[in-house]
Amino acid sequence: MTETTAHTDTIPQAGSRAPAHEQHQQHPIGLYLVVWVLLFVLSTFSYLVDYVGLQGYLRWSLILLFMVLKAGLIVAIFMHMAWERLALIYAILLPPLLVLVFVALMVSESHYVLFTRLAFFGAAP
Amino acid sequence: MSVETHSPVREPLHRPAGLAGFAADWASDQRTFKNVSWGKAMMWIFLLSDTFIFGCFLIAYMSARMSTAVPWPNPSEVFALHIGGSDVPLILIAIMTFVLITSSGTMAMAVNFGYRQDRRKTALLMVVTALFGATFVGMQAFEWTKLITEGVRPWGNPWGAAQFGSTFFMITGFHGTHVTIGVIFLLIIARKVWRGDFDTGRRGFFTSRKGQYEIVEITGLYWHFVDLVWVFIFAFFYLW
Repeated sequence: MTETTAHTDTIPQAGSRAPAHEQHQQHPIGLYLVVWVLLFVLSTFSYLVDYVGLQGYLRWSLILLFMVLKAGLIVAIFMHMAWERLALIYAILLPPLLVLVFVALMVSESHYVLFTRLAFFGAAP
Repeated sequence: MSVETHSPVREPLHRPAGLAGFAADWASDQRTFKNVSWGKAMMWIFLLSDTFIFGCFLIAYMSARMSTAVPWPNPSEVFALHIGGSDVPLILIAIMTFVLITSSGTMAMAVNFGYRQDRRKTALLMVVTALFGATFVGMQAFEWTKLITEGVRPWGNPWGAAQFGSTFFMITGFHGTHVTIGVIFLLIIARKVWRGDFDTGRRGFFTSRKGQYEIVEITGLYWHFVDLVWVFIFAFFYLW
């Protein structure tokens, strides 16, 4: 709604106000409050994972689950990604997935480094 | 919205949605991000690059922790606080997490009030967000002080693998720097909002361009990203 007023009293600058229209992210406050509460609850859950002292695969999968849910809520609702066009969503959210390739490489490398440490320096380096 | 109906010039362009829209946007001329201003697009691209920086830090931490033959210090015990006669595990970190999430909530509200042209509420909520951010940095300073007095150094610590200190100081230090920059950024924009720069069309310093309330949302993107990074640090460094 400000777009119109802003548009009339500014001198059109080349390119800056291209035919495309820029949308304002206007959503009900209640939605933010719900997400806020959800983030609190999820944080409490992930803290409880440590407080209760869960171990092993259950601990790791729960940590990852709560982490992904929290990250998803922040990006989708707080950062308004849920309402953007796919062109932006893919441009921003797909490249970080390549970090997982890097993770896989370094997991393999770390195993090898640990192997050489144990093989050549014994248990205590 | 009533203004918009009187202005046929601002009629939204009808662009295809979904995958067809994705292909059409990327194949079109002039600009790819059709309904996103350059400021917002550039903030997103900056955040993408920052994602890679923090990604590399966390991968470095993972490699150090996976490749060491010495046991890793138990974060649950290292970051415990002695409260009321017993050790509460990770309590300070949990409080820091809640402080940061709360600041994200107030920031989201500030963006909302910004687009409603409510400059007082917007500025106040941004200042509240900055205060929560400053609280977070303060608690982090306390945590660093505690660990340093207990003998944690980048090259060693009393409990186990030497890499614990270096990864801890690097990752939380870089995150804390981001929070600090965010607080400064928030206060600068909050001052402009409070002064009414975006209502009167006052020209900004350096670029001498007129600002818009959209800058509140761009600031918000940065702030939520700082919260987002903390979600990953909390999961991988403190809980794992």
